[in-house]
Amino acid sequence: MAEDIKEIAEVPSFTVTLMVRRYDPEVSEEVKWVDYDVTVYGTDRVLDALHKIKWEIDGSLTFRRSCAHGVCGSDAMRINGRNRLACKTLIKDLDITQPIYVEPIKGLAVEKDLVVNMEPFYKAYRDINPFLIATDKPEKERIQSPEDRARFEDTTKCILCAACTTSCPVFWTDGQYFGPAAIVNAHRFIFDSRDEGAEVRLDILNDKEGVWRCRTTFNCTEACPRGIQVTKAIAEVKQAILRGRA
Amino acid sequence: MSVVIETPNSPRSRKQANWEKYGWIYMRVSGAALVVLIFVHLIANLVVPDGGIKAIDFAFVAGKWAAPFWQWWDLAMLWLALIHGTNGMRTIVNDYTEKEGVRKTLVVSLWGVCTALIVLGTLVIFTFDPCPAGAAAELLPSFCPVQ
Repeated sequence: MAEDIKEIAEVPSFTVTLMVRRYDPEVSEEVKWVDYDVTVYGTDRVLDALHKIKWEIDGSLTFRRSCAHGVCGSDAMRINGRNRLACKTLIKDLDITQPIYVEPIKGLAVEKDLVVNMEPFYKAYRDINPFLIATDKPEKERIQSPEDRARFEDTTKCILCAACTTSCPVFWTDGQYFGPAAIVNAHRFIFDSRDEGAEVRLDILNDKEGVWRCRTTFNCTEACPRGIQVTKAIAEVKQAILRGRA
Repeated sequence: MSVVIETPNSPRSRKQANWEKYGWIYMRVSGAALVVLIFVHLIANLVVPDGGIKAIDFAFVAGKWAAPFWQWWDLAMLWLALIHGTNGMRTIVNDYTEKEGVRKTLVVSLWGVCTALIVLGTLVIFTFDPCPAGAAAELLPSFCPVQ
């Protein structure tokens, strides 16, 4: 009886090959793909496999992760050619008969292995004033109707993982472009009825490197691990600029 | 030790007037107009005439350009399509060139070619004469009056 339960409760395990794009400037300028065979469980995510490699096979493998549960946005990486969070990608959902390719997100300079320099990304984010701009003092609650709140509900979900911006072909070739994430976060305040800085932000995004660079390829919407309709948000910002107000 | 916190709200510098917005609007408006212009053009040339696609010849074009309506129709197509196409190419150049000198050269040559084509095309549409006076008779199409 006890044996039966054990058999039912056991999570199936299998072996997969991970091909990880490695780069360590302190050792060599060469970028190379290194393959690792790991035994994982059906409940494991790509992040678990990376942990297994780092903890059991090669401690020099470097990647970012913090909460490991899809909230902090630290572990965005390119898995099998698509930008995803390693902590939200179940290995069993990938084609495990083939090696799983893991590489850093594109368009930002690689510092080591899967770690990229996020500074240009954060710079664009800071440039759109990602904070409430209001003239009245915060003495009482700022009331907002559910309808007004719904206008920017979608864009509040952003975790700044950079999956969208680094999936954008315009950003790959033009690092000056604000990128989808910055526009999403501008959208979050532009359409907030409590905020008074819409005009300033629309003016910032009406830049040569602003929303008009967007070619609506929808890569960002597909890449977003939070399911934000990124391209739609960008289109709403374009419309707001044409109208001259939110 | 003092911590210096960067001012978060210093906006990017805006050096020049920004035409990107107008470029973006132009692409949408001209694109929509061109859908109508081009399909009417195709139908009028290839479907409506007796004989279908075989009906197009020098006389057919000469007949069309004798009417001011088709002159202006073709003029609209010429201008809208050339500027639309050139602006699209400019966007691609802006995306993919890395050196400023190369980018400038390419953009300037694009607009140079566009201007030349527009000027030539406009001249042809409005000055077109199928039977120019004083031309050698054997070079003229058959429908021209005998001089």
